[in-house]
Amino acid sequence: MIIKSELVSQISRKLTQLTERDISQGVAHIIDKICHTLIHQKRVEIRGFGAFSLHYRPARLAHNPKTGEKLHTQPKYAVHFKAGKEMRERINAMIGKPILKEDLNKAGEE
Amino acid sequence: MSALTKAGLSESLFLELGLSKKDAKSLVESFFSTISDVLEEGHPVKLSNLGNFDLRDKEARPGRNPKTMEVKEVKARRVVTFHAGQKLKALVEASVD
Repeated sequence: MIIKSELVSQISRKLTQLTERDISQGVAHIIDKICHTLIHQKRVEIRGFGAFSLHYRPARLAHNPKTGEKLHTQPKYAVHFKAGKEMRERINAMIGKPILKEDLNKAGEE
Repeated sequence: MSALTKAGLSESLFLELGLSKKDAKSLVESFFSTISDVLEEGHPVKLSNLGNFDLRDKEARPGRNPKTMEVKEVKARRVVTFHAGQKLKALVEASVD
Protein backbone atom coordinates (compact mmCIF):
# COMPACT_ATOMS: atom_id res chain seq x y z
CA MET A 1 0.00 0.00 0.00
CA ILE A 2 1.26 3.49 -0.67
CA ILE A 3 -0.04 6.84 0.53
CA LYS A 4 0.14 10.36 -0.85
CA SER A 5 3.56 11.26 0.63
CA GLU A 6 5.13 8.19 -0.98
CA LEU A 7 3.43 9.01 -4.29
CA VAL A 8 4.92 12.52 -4.10
CA SER A 9 8.43 11.09 -3.48
CA GLN A 10 8.10 8.72 -6.42
CA ILE A 11 6.99 11.54 -8.74
CA SER A 12 9.79 13.82 -7.53
CA ARG A 13 12.36 11.15 -8.41
CA LYS A 14 11.10 11.31 -12.01
CA LEU A 15 10.49 15.07 -12.32
CA THR A 16 13.81 16.44 -11.11
CA GLN A 17 13.09 19.88 -12.63
CA LEU A 18 10.41 20.48 -9.96
CA THR A 19 10.91 20.86 -6.21
CA GLU A 20 9.26 18.35 -3.89
CA ARG A 21 7.19 21.25 -2.55
CA ASP A 22 5.85 22.08 -6.05
CA ILE A 23 4.99 18.44 -6.58
CA SER A 24 3.31 18.10 -3.21
CA GLN A 25 1.20 21.24 -3.85
CA GLY A 26 0.49 20.15 -7.41
CA VAL A 27 -0.73 16.72 -6.31
CA ALA A 28 -2.98 18.31 -3.68
CA HIS A 29 -4.31 20.67 -6.37
CA ILE A 30 -5.04 17.83 -8.80
CA ILE A 31 -6.95 15.94 -6.09
CA ASP A 32 -8.91 19.09 -5.13
CA LYS A 33 -9.79 19.78 -8.73
CA ILE A 34 -11.05 16.21 -9.26
CA CYS A 35 -13.24 16.49 -6.14
CA HIS A 36 -14.63 19.89 -7.14
CA THR A 37 -15.45 18.65 -10.62
CA LEU A 38 -17.39 15.70 -9.17
CA ILE A 39 -19.21 17.89 -6.66
CA HIS A 40 -20.43 19.97 -9.60
CA GLN A 41 -21.70 16.75 -11.15
CA LYS A 42 -19.23 16.72 -13.98
CA ARG A 43 -17.19 13.72 -15.11
CA VAL A 44 -13.41 13.36 -14.88
CA GLU A 45 -11.97 11.43 -17.85
CA ILE A 46 -8.30 10.48 -17.90
CA ARG A 47 -7.30 8.64 -21.07
CA GLY A 48 -5.66 5.28 -20.31
CA PHE A 49 -6.27 5.66 -16.56
CA GLY A 50 -10.02 5.77 -16.11
CA ALA A 51 -13.07 7.92 -15.53
CA PHE A 52 -14.71 9.19 -12.34
CA SER A 53 -18.41 9.97 -12.46
CA LEU A 54 -21.40 10.18 -10.15
CA HIS A 55 -24.13 7.57 -10.03
CA TYR A 56 -27.51 8.63 -8.69
CA ARG A 57 -28.93 6.57 -5.86
CA PRO A 58 -32.68 7.23 -5.54
CA ALA A 59 -34.43 7.28 -2.19
CA ARG A 60 -35.39 3.78 -1.08
CA LEU A 61 -37.17 2.11 1.77
CA ALA A 62 -34.59 0.70 4.12
CA HIS A 63 -34.63 -1.04 7.50
CA ASN A 64 -32.46 -0.52 10.49
CA PRO A 65 -31.29 -4.12 11.00
CA LYS A 66 -30.93 -3.63 14.76
CA THR A 67 -34.35 -2.18 15.54
CA GLY A 68 -36.30 -3.36 12.46
CA GLU A 69 -37.45 0.23 12.08
CA LYS A 70 -38.38 1.28 8.53
CA LEU A 71 -36.94 4.46 7.12
CA HIS A 72 -36.59 6.27 3.81
CA THR A 73 -33.03 6.97 2.73
CA GLN A 74 -32.27 10.34 1.17
CA PRO A 75 -31.52 10.31 -2.57
CA LYS A 76 -27.79 10.71 -3.05
CA TYR A 77 -24.91 10.50 -5.47
CA ALA A 78 -22.13 7.93 -5.20
CA VAL A 79 -18.70 8.28 -6.81
CA HIS A 80 -18.02 5.67 -9.48
CA PHE A 81 -14.67 4.85 -11.07
CA LYS A 82 -14.26 2.85 -14.25
CA ALA A 83 -10.70 1.87 -15.07
CA GLY A 84 -9.54 2.75 -18.59
CA LYS A 85 -8.58 0.11 -21.16
CA GLU A 86 -4.81 0.45 -20.68
CA MET A 87 -5.12 0.36 -16.86
CA ARG A 88 -7.44 -2.69 -17.01
CA GLU A 89 -5.05 -4.59 -19.26
CA ARG A 90 -1.92 -3.73 -17.29
CA ILE A 91 -3.50 -4.64 -13.94
CA ASN A 92 -5.03 -7.85 -15.27
CA ALA A 93 -1.68 -8.97 -16.67
CA MET A 94 -0.35 -9.09 -13.08
CA ILE A 95 -2.76 -11.75 -11.86
CA GLY A 96 -0.94 -14.40 -9.83
CA LYS A 97 1.50 -11.85 -8.39
CA PRO A 98 1.07 -10.92 -4.73
CA ILE A 99 -1.03 -7.93 -3.64
CA LEU A 100 1.21 -5.94 -1.29
CA LYS A 101 -1.11 -4.59 1.39
CA GLU A 102 1.52 -3.54 3.91
CA ASP A 103 2.74 0.05 4.01
CA LEU A 104 5.60 0.48 1.54
CA ASN A 105 7.56 2.80 3.89
CA LYS A 106 7.30 0.46 6.87
CA ALA A 107 8.22 -2.53 4.71
CA GLY A 108 11.35 -0.68 3.60
CA GLU A 109 12.48 0.03 7.15
CA GLU A 110 12.57 -3.60 8.24
CA MET B 1 -21.06 20.14 -19.95
CA SER B 2 -17.61 18.82 -20.80
CA ALA B 3 -15.60 16.47 -18.62
CA LEU B 4 -12.37 17.36 -16.82
CA THR B 5 -9.38 15.86 -18.66
CA LYS B 6 -5.61 15.91 -18.30
CA ALA B 7 -5.58 19.10 -20.40
CA GLY B 8 -8.00 20.78 -17.97
CA LEU B 9 -5.91 19.72 -14.97
CA SER B 10 -2.70 21.05 -16.58
CA GLU B 11 -4.40 24.35 -17.38
CA SER B 12 -5.53 24.63 -13.76
CA LEU B 13 -1.99 23.98 -12.42
CA PHE B 14 -0.71 26.65 -14.81
CA LEU B 15 -3.35 29.25 -13.91
CA GLU B 16 -3.71 28.62 -10.17
CA LEU B 17 -0.29 27.36 -9.05
CA GLY B 18 1.82 29.22 -11.59
CA LEU B 19 3.67 26.16 -12.91
CA SER B 20 4.94 26.50 -16.48
CA LYS B 21 2.68 24.82 -19.06
CA LYS B 22 5.37 22.23 -19.69
CA ASP B 23 5.85 21.40 -15.98
CA ALA B 24 2.09 21.36 -15.39
CA LYS B 25 1.64 18.84 -18.20
CA SER B 26 4.52 16.66 -16.91
CA LEU B 27 3.11 16.66 -13.39
CA VAL B 28 -0.38 15.63 -14.50
CA GLU B 29 1.04 12.86 -16.71
CA SER B 30 3.33 11.68 -13.93
CA PHE B 31 0.57 11.75 -11.28
CA PHE B 32 -1.60 9.29 -13.19
CA SER B 33 1.21 7.16 -14.64
CA THR B 34 2.83 6.75 -11.21
CA ILE B 35 -0.48 5.61 -9.68
CA SER B 36 -0.87 3.10 -12.55
CA ASP B 37 2.74 1.88 -12.15
CA VAL B 38 2.36 1.41 -8.40
CA LEU B 39 -0.93 -0.48 -8.84
CA GLU B 40 0.67 -2.64 -11.52
CA GLU B 41 3.45 -3.51 -9.03
CA GLY B 42 0.73 -4.78 -6.69
CA HIS B 43 0.46 -1.88 -4.23
CA PRO B 44 -2.98 -0.45 -3.40
CA VAL B 45 -2.93 3.39 -3.32
CA LYS B 46 -4.53 5.48 -0.56
CA LEU B 47 -5.03 9.18 -1.25
CA SER B 48 -6.56 11.03 1.67
CA ASN B 49 -9.21 13.52 0.48
CA LEU B 50 -9.86 11.47 -2.67
CA GLY B 51 -10.11 7.76 -1.88
CA ASN B 52 -8.49 4.35 -2.17
CA PHE B 53 -7.53 2.40 -5.26
CA ASP B 54 -7.63 -1.28 -4.31
CA LEU B 55 -6.64 -4.43 -6.17
CA ARG B 56 -8.91 -7.47 -6.21
CA ASP B 57 -8.32 -10.90 -7.70
CA LYS B 58 -11.50 -12.43 -9.13
CA GLU B 59 -11.86 -16.18 -9.57
CA ALA B 60 -12.84 -17.70 -12.89
CA ARG B 61 -16.60 -18.18 -13.27
CA PRO B 62 -18.94 -19.47 -15.95
CA GLY B 63 -20.17 -16.60 -18.07
CA ARG B 64 -22.64 -16.36 -20.89
CA ASN B 65 -22.89 -14.24 -24.00
CA PRO B 66 -26.36 -12.72 -23.50
CA LYS B 67 -26.92 -12.43 -27.26
CA THR B 68 -26.03 -15.97 -28.30
CA MET B 69 -26.56 -17.65 -24.87
CA GLU B 70 -23.25 -19.35 -25.51
CA VAL B 71 -21.60 -20.46 -22.24
CA LYS B 72 -17.97 -19.49 -21.89
CA GLU B 73 -15.67 -19.29 -18.88
CA VAL B 74 -14.82 -15.80 -17.62
CA LYS B 75 -11.13 -16.20 -16.79
CA ALA B 76 -9.62 -15.34 -13.43
CA ARG B 77 -8.64 -11.68 -13.50
CA ARG B 78 -7.23 -8.84 -11.40
CA VAL B 79 -9.21 -5.62 -11.26
CA VAL B 80 -8.74 -2.19 -9.73
CA THR B 81 -11.58 -0.75 -7.65
CA PHE B 82 -11.96 2.76 -6.27
CA HIS B 83 -13.73 3.76 -3.06
CA ALA B 84 -14.26 7.44 -2.39
CA GLY B 85 -12.89 8.65 0.95
CA GLN B 86 -15.09 10.01 3.78
CA LYS B 87 -14.52 13.64 2.80
CA LEU B 88 -15.37 13.23 -0.89
CA LYS B 89 -18.35 11.00 -0.05
CA ALA B 90 -19.77 13.59 2.31
CA LEU B 91 -19.27 16.44 -0.19
CA VAL B 92 -20.86 14.49 -3.04
CA GLU B 93 -23.84 13.36 -0.93
CA ALA B 94 -24.42 16.96 0.11
CA SER B 95 -24.41 18.08 -3.55
CA VAL B 96 -27.93 16.68 -4.21
CA ASP B 97 -30.21 19.59 -5.10
